[in-house]
Amino acid sequence: MHLEMELKKRVLIVRLTGELDHHSADSLRKAVEQELDKEVANTVLLSLDGLTFMDSSGLGVILGRYRRLNQAGGKMAACNLKPQVQRIFELSGLTRIMNIYRTEIDALERL
Amino acid sequence: MRVTNHMTLEFPSLSRNESFARQAVAAFALQAGDWTVQELDEITTAISEAVTNAIIHGYENEEGTVRIRANILDDRGVEVFVEDDGIGIPDVAQAREPMFTTKSEQERTGMGFSFMESFMDELEVTSTPSKGTVVRMVKWLAPAHHALS
Repeated sequence: MHLEMELKKRVLIVRLTGELDHHSADSLRKAVEQELDKEVANTVLLSLDGLTFMDSSGLGVILGRYRRLNQAGGKMAACNLKPQVQRIFELSGLTRIMNIYRTEIDALERL
Repeated sequence: MRVTNHMTLEFPSLSRNESFARQAVAAFALQAGDWTVQELDEITTAISEAVTNAIIHGYENEEGTVRIRANILDDRGVEVFVEDDGIGIPDVAQAREPMFTTKSEQERTGMGFSFMESFMDELEVTSTPSKGTVVRMVKWLAPAHHALS
């Protein structure tokens, strides 16, 4: 998995490419935690255009960051979900707790 | 049920093998017929969950061997066994409950077995404490595309 982050105002855009599983979960967890520790971003936008695969381990990292943001009054959203990723989001109920946008531009306009 | 082809994979319980294992099984499963992209994604995800369980829970991230045996069934489906010789599951029924996890501090969601169950047609979990766990999964081709082939 390749990870790229960009801060736009208070929105931390996290762009993921490749596969998010147990093997890659830790690096995502560490990178996002480090950014959130700076206390600048209050929203995380997961931009998943390049994410071809995700399983329950990926779900765990996302839920963990969601909880942290939620407790701090922040929020999380996602955009550009590929079908396999969309399926995992739906089955796990992630689509009920966070907004899903079609594109990054759509999301940034509304966040 | 006739087995028309089979394969065995054996690899150390390293997380970097998760991707390799799920892709290898999906590639083998192609021999059963024309799966849809979604069905192949389902197989890939279910295998990923079972292999991850073996590594995290079976071996608790210690060194061990994960074995995968897969059979093509009468060219209509694929049967996969994911096996470890790890600590085993004391209560399989409880482990299979959605969102049950023994490792919530590691951000485990307890959704692994739920995904395996949703994505495959059959799921059987056999476990013996301190001996290991065997997860057997079967997925059948939908009759519609079977008739086309």
